Amino acid sequence: MKDTLVRVENLSARYPVRRGLFGVRRWIRAVDNVSFTIGRGETLGLVGESGCGKSTLGRAVLALRKAAGGRVEFDGTPVFDQTPDALKALRREMQLVFQDPFASLDPRKTVGRSVRAALDIHGVGSEAERQRRVEEMFQRVGLQRAHIARFPHEFSGGQRQRIGIARALILRPKFLVCDEPVSALDVSIQAQILNLLKDLQAEFRLTLLFISHNLAVVEHMADRVAVMYYGRIVELAPRDRLFAQPLHPYTSGLLDAVPIPDPSVRSMISTIDGDPPDPANLPDGCRFRSRCRHAMPKCAALEPPLVAVEPGHDVACWLHDQPAHLALA
Amino acid sequence: MAPDREPLLRIEGLRTSFHTHEGVVRAVDGVDLAVHEGEILGVVGESGCGKTVTAMSILRLVDRPGRIEGGRIVFAGRDLLGLSASEMTAIRGEDIAMIFQQAKVSLNPVIPIGRQIAEQFMRRRGLGQRAAMAEAVKLLAEVGIPAPESRIKAYPHELSGGQAQRVMIAIALALHPRLLIADEPTTAVDVTVQAQILRVLRERCRELGTALILVTHDLGLVAQVADRVAVMYAGQVVEQAPVAELFAAPAHPYTRGLLRSLPRLGDVRARLVEIPGTVPSLTRALPGCRFAARCDVRLAHRLDRCTEDAPLMMPLTAGKPHAVRCWFEGQLA
Repeated sequence: MKDTLVRVENLSARYPVRRGLFGVRRWIRAVDNVSFTIGRGETLGLVGESGCGKSTLGRAVLALRKAAGGRVEFDGTPVFDQTPDALKALRREMQLVFQDPFASLDPRKTVGRSVRAALDIHGVGSEAERQRRVEEMFQRVGLQRAHIARFPHEFSGGQRQRIGIARALILRPKFLVCDEPVSALDVSIQAQILNLLKDLQAEFRLTLLFISHNLAVVEHMADRVAVMYYGRIVELAPRDRLFAQPLHPYTSGLLDAVPIPDPSVRSMISTIDGDPPDPANLPDGCRFRSRCRHAMPKCAALEPPLVAVEPGHDVACWLHDQPAHLALA
Repeated sequence: MAPDREPLLRIEGLRTSFHTHEGVVRAVDGVDLAVHEGEILGVVGESGCGKTVTAMSILRLVDRPGRIEGGRIVFAGRDLLGLSASEMTAIRGEDIAMIFQQAKVSLNPVIPIGRQIAEQFMRRRGLGQRAAMAEAVKLLAEVGIPAPESRIKAYPHELSGGQAQRVMIAIALALHPRLLIADEPTTAVDVTVQAQILRVLRERCRELGTALILVTHDLGLVAQVADRVAVMYAGQVVEQAPVAELFAAPAHPYTRGLLRSLPRLGDVRARLVEIPGTVPSLTRALPGCRFAARCDVRLAHRLDRCTEDAPLMMPLTAGKPHAVRCWFEGQLA
């Protein structure tokens, strides 16, 4: 077992919504009491559909948005409630790669300046040293020296994502949250960026939280996978196990629904009924029960906890509330 | 599909350009396509390949600075590019309908959905309001909207993305068009909802005998839904084949590259096979094959012709429906 780099305990994040002009303020629990760990050098994949809270979770882990409760530890150090100086030091170690690199780059700055900004803020090295590190990083992510002086609009989507990765890595962090890093890219470019991320992970010994709605991409990248549904992790397992033997009806429904690029394989089978629920008005008990073909009375009464049914394979579903080794005993 | 049968829609040498400040963008540059009665044609390609502009050109919905500059679009024996504006209006909705990616934006936000469906029956079929509303309820039921009698009163903002797309399908198929064009109909919805929508779309088209052009970037969708596939690259169709053949034996180096570069469920590899480089700019005239700069076959075989001479669409085997725009793979007649 690898030692733990990131520990997330009972993390919650929420945001207010107001319905109508004088409507009552309600809270959407975008992340609701979520716990997991990520081992040093590991990639944890986080999958779920739009609005499930996976991006909010990624930002809350990095303390880029305020959590409503819980704690995050990075390499043994608590991430929340830190002094500004301590938080700044932590930020060198934890970085974010965005989905849309164009929106995350300042259009008036050369991309070289955007990549260099973190070195300036953290006062790393001399002027010449910073310039050298920017040049090295551009080369490392597959860009040319001439690109440094150009502006974001001069680049293609794939090149912009390379710039986004260069900026995230310039401080040599240990931990990277990648939030849908290839979702805005064309298929032929996705493979380039995914390969680059894998190469850089090996070279810089990076630990990744890899967030995506694309199950095939997550399977390709992750060592372990967490499946999220409306604020909760409903299943968490080693990659091969989760994709071969999904236990939660939501996970297996997601896998059945993916269109496989092979007409001889039947896929796109919809085993999940209806539409996603209103996030401000989730069902009581298990929040998936409104779309679940296995829903039982118990599912409405009680929310199933995330429990280990096998070592390392956690599921939050009343169909699987008996740990296998106990059921056999 | 017998080659001697006249297809429902035949596009020949279509060219649509956009006249921008940066120059003329040849978004669609010599597209040939055929759609047969009742079949599902998948048109697949990456952003900027011209698939949406081709679709919009069929209905002549290309706005300035875009302009259809050449070619023929023959639908049921008539060249659509030669029709008057009013003749074209009569064809839209009646004979050819279209649904878009953003269903909610396509619906009128201040009119209940029932009336939006019923309106077509009143205007085009001369039905009274009561009869038209009854038709609307029936259509909503057919696309799988629960409790359609009460849902007809709903406004678009009260619908989920998936329901809005079902309503769009109901509207598009209301008048039983012979051809439906669906442009990325499920790109804005989640994968679980996508599976539901595509099933409804395919079943309804089959029941009505409506031919479908499914425009998408998703090779998985095409594999699961289409009968025949056209792969587009940089403003042209580069490969066309029956779906089973295209995926079992892709011939164009671009198609092969795309299929190799995809991460696939249940098939974990250490590295993905990349297609190097990027799509060429369409503002310049491209003399040779548009894929030449990224093509592994050209490199391996040191083919000079590819950068000098634009390949034609050629059959892989004479007389067979699998065609490719590649000097190396195609057979000149």
